[in-house]
Amino acid sequence: MTVGLEHYLILSAILFSIGLYGVLSKRNAVVILMCIEIMLNAVNIALVAFSRYIVPTALTGQIFALFVMVVAAAEVAVGIAIIMAIYRSRDSVEVDKYDLMKW
Amino acid sequence: MFDIVFYLVAAVTVAAALAVVLLRNVFRAALSLIVLFVAVAALYITLHADFLAVVQILVYVGAISILIIVALMLTHEMQQGSPAGKLRIPAIIVGVLLLGTLVFAVLNTNWQISAVAPLEKTTEAIGIKLFGEGGFLLPVEIAAIMLLSAVLGAIVMIREK
Repeated sequence: MTVGLEHYLILSAILFSIGLYGVLSKRNAVVILMCIEIMLNAVNIALVAFSRYIVPTALTGQIFALFVMVVAAAEVAVGIAIIMAIYRSRDSVEVDKYDLMKW
Repeated sequence: MFDIVFYLVAAVTVAAALAVVLLRNVFRAALSLIVLFVAVAALYITLHADFLAVVQILVYVGAISILIIVALMLTHEMQQGSPAGKLRIPAIIVGVLLLGTLVFAVLNTNWQISAVAPLEKTTEAIGIKLFGEGGFLLPVEIAAIMLLSAVLGAIVMIREK
């Protein structure tokens, strides 16, 4: 069977599930941010694969992936700033210790 | 030939992603994340998305990975590592369930594959799409403002009081 759209979509699904597992199970906030990046990359692979196989000359999927990258860059910058700010006041990056607003 | 390249790159991608979530040493996890970004760039090349592959290298490998490594170095949690929390087993179940659902949906959908050959060079076409008539000019402007506000917000939050 030659490689086609399904192969890329299944690869994207595998990466997304690994990222989801990391986000749900990890305690280090920076590692959670890294797992979110894995998930965003998985989505980008799916978008580019759709663009390549369904509308090869329209390129809309690639432009969507470009905007996802812009949002991902902004998200990492703000996310790391938030983590560093909390790290300064609570001296930890473990999400279990971030319980100031817990009932 | 193309199939072999795809399977090789896919194996590297999945192995790097597993290394990110399974390695206890957070610095090694960050390095595996860089391997993952490079492998995804290679996948874009197999999908005839040359411009996106270069952007992937520049933005992810060049900028985002550096940010993450600096954040790891500033938080001194290298030795302690990143053990999984209490939610490990539920997280595995949720991940496997999601993977099964997605694979089932992908295999049971009748995709309308187009037989048209993809563009050889995408940079010019993407530029026309982004800045041309009836294109994505407004989202480009909004993205610029969003990036500016994100940078300002990050500086304000990280500044010493």
